Amino acid sequence: MRSHTVRSHPVRSHPVRSRPVRLTTLLVVGAVALAGCAQGRGGGEAAAEASYDSGAEVDGPLEVLGFGLNDEVAEVRAARAEEELSGVDVQLVEGGLDPQRFLTAVASGDAPDLIYTTRAQVGSFASRGAIAPLTRCIEGEDIDMSAYVQTAVDQVTLDGDVYAIPEFNVVQVLAANPQLLEQAGVTTAQVDGSDWEGVLTATDALATAAGPDAIGYDSKLPDFFPLWARSNGAGLLSEDGRTAQLDDPKAVEALELAVEVLERQGGFGDVSALRDASDFFGADNQFAAGTLGAFPIEQWYINVLNDVSPDAPVTFDTFKDRQGQTIAFAGGGSWAVPTGSSNPEAACRYAKTMTEVDSWMAAAEARQQAREEEGKPFTGLLTGNTEADAAIRELVADTDEPWQSGIEATYEANDNTFALPANPADAEFTEAWQDAVNRVLNGQETPAESLARAQEEAQAALDSAWETWDASGGEPSVQPAPSASADR
Amino acid sequence: MTAVATPAAAGATASVRRPGRGRLGGAGKGRGPKVPLRPSQRRNRRRTVLSALAFLSPWIIGFLVFTAWPIGYSLYLSLTDYDIINAPTFVGLENYVRLAGDPNVQLALGNTVVFTLLQVPLYVTLSFALALLLDKAGRSMGFFRTAFFLPRMTPPVAVGVLVLLLLNGQDGLLNTALGWFGIDGPNWTTDSAWIKPGLVLMSLWTVGGSVLILLAALRGVPRELLDAAKMDGAGFFRRTWHVTMPMVSGPLFFLVVVNTIDGLQTFTEAYTAYFGSTGGYGNDAALFYAIYLFQQAFQFFNMGYASALAWLLFLVVLAITGVQLLVSRRVVYYEADR
Repeated sequence: MRSHTVRSHPVRSHPVRSRPVRLTTLLVVGAVALAGCAQGRGGGEAAAEASYDSGAEVDGPLEVLGFGLNDEVAEVRAARAEEELSGVDVQLVEGGLDPQRFLTAVASGDAPDLIYTTRAQVGSFASRGAIAPLTRCIEGEDIDMSAYVQTAVDQVTLDGDVYAIPEFNVVQVLAANPQLLEQAGVTTAQVDGSDWEGVLTATDALATAAGPDAIGYDSKLPDFFPLWARSNGAGLLSEDGRTAQLDDPKAVEALELAVEVLERQGGFGDVSALRDASDFFGADNQFAAGTLGAFPIEQWYINVLNDVSPDAPVTFDTFKDRQGQTIAFAGGGSWAVPTGSSNPEAACRYAKTMTEVDSWMAAAEARQQAREEEGKPFTGLLTGNTEADAAIRELVADTDEPWQSGIEATYEANDNTFALPANPADAEFTEAWQDAVNRVLNGQETPAESLARAQEEAQAALDSAWETWDASGGEPSVQPAPSASADR
Repeated sequence: MTAVATPAAAGATASVRRPGRGRLGGAGKGRGPKVPLRPSQRRNRRRTVLSALAFLSPWIIGFLVFTAWPIGYSLYLSLTDYDIINAPTFVGLENYVRLAGDPNVQLALGNTVVFTLLQVPLYVTLSFALALLLDKAGRSMGFFRTAFFLPRMTPPVAVGVLVLLLLNGQDGLLNTALGWFGIDGPNWTTDSAWIKPGLVLMSLWTVGGSVLILLAALRGVPRELLDAAKMDGAGFFRRTWHVTMPMVSGPLFFLVVVNTIDGLQTFTEAYTAYFGSTGGYGNDAALFYAIYLFQQAFQFFNMGYASALAWLLFLVVLAITGVQLLVSRRVVYYEADR
């Protein structure tokens, strides 16, 4: 009984032990509560409630994520936008957009006001409710979407709603070494994608002419697979973005050809080793060094070559499909307004100003002047805005070969682009086809096997993502996390 | 009732045996009598405890917020469908079921285990060999110690880029060196069979840290033991095998455990070389578990699934480390335990 007496008064028996315990408990609870607060909060509804009006004054802070002032084209447009939004305190957070950082910011209720993102990510962001549809922004600010390149608009349109304002267009052209072509007895028509028999013949001839430490013809797998597939008339994704078409026999045939091009030159391993060993951006690049016959490449490489090796033997043309029509796979950036943007009106105005014709013209003039000062030709800008493209094309003066051919090929390619439509599983879809091509390049599977597997993976991802999208009625909203406060 | 040992009774017994403990209050079980403290003693003790907690609180809070909470929360997330931006939806064990049938999990686990099995023995053996050499370096030891450690300062991302340059099948340094001996080296960066050996070779770049640990251990090997063995006619290799290695088996085991865990979590170099920005090129042979986990978490934003993957990795590491600890009882000699 005595023992019970003692045990029933533990506090009295151990007065000083209870305090540290209580204090520690308090610390633990406090810390856990603090950590709990670190969970996400739902995004705000500011974007949905915003009143967009092109005549209204906008003010307040505007945090812009993902856009950098890397050159005069960016600087001039940014300066013009700041002038247009004189009452707005624009804060540029430079550097590429990190999707995780962005989504975490939205989830925690601390979203930036405007983001600059590649168009390929817009579908994923939109389907998660991270960015807001711009229907009212476009109407209120009188943004003429018909002035933008249609394929660029398609890339930022999910289920009928535009989620971003596109800018810039990246397209592909054909670059070839005329000396090696001549030495091999090959014409550009044999390497522009229109004649597949010609491609294989030219590959053999160029590989022989270029020698063992060079690439005769580089089909640029894995990243240019969509271009080869399109060359054979295959679209990898249906127009509505819901059905993968990776196992289309035409796509399989295209992959077989593009891989065969590499196999005839020792296989992907040898070609890749030569690619990696080359001084791609330097004065000793593959054309200057005479170690490449031909390849399709993005149009910006024309400027690289002009900058670092203006006397290198190179010629340009467009890449074509098997019917001889010019084709190019479009890519580029875009402006999107996050769901939790606290200043959507200013964000919309900023996006509009950055992509309107006058801004592009000012940027093009600045670029032209900079090039003149360097004694180099101005090769134009692909803006993603057809009116701006046409106006800038007028600015571009005729110049010497091969740059004149490069300019013409660039603008022709820009008029003949295709793109994968926006979809809520764009990351998974891209990963599926890239993995498929890589498995073939690594000798693990045949093109038919690999693309069949990719088809299953991509379709499963698309079905799951679209199912979620459809279940939300096409209007996903950021849901507060379990511990979110009710103050938003 | 009488069988219950009360603190008071225990304290009374202890007070007879160790009266001196009573001065501190004897609060601990069997540590001393329950002598009531004077108010000033209580205040002193309270101040002491509060001070200790105040000094410990940054660590306690940091541990709770940045370690304990994320670990616990990731266990919860592994039972949910979570894409960062929307609230997690509880899905029970669905992620674990998916994980069991995911061929990429098997591939990534296999790659990771093979890499670790190749890397750890080579890494530890080379570290030990270099430490033995360095132990004989005499006055130039300082220079070599610094030289060996310097590569450790190279950021792992830079090492990932170096993989592509040094192991380039065309004109990489390794194949160039092999060429001097008439050997036509493989395409280390694209040939699936050679990717993991290539990455293992590059991991040896950072062997300097382990060399320093072993060097310190070698300095502690009693000279009299080595001299005695020498007197008995043991050559260098027998002395190393029978004397040195047992005496440094503790640090060697430590390196095995730490490098095994490191190998199972390998990520940066392989990701930079094969999955970062190589124009879409990747190779399944370099798909390590942490890379697959990262892809699920930060490319596809399947945070729930990625959390389940993380917990599987934790269990694998725990199991392997447990086996290593069991084995260590037979092969590791701790002088302090004797």
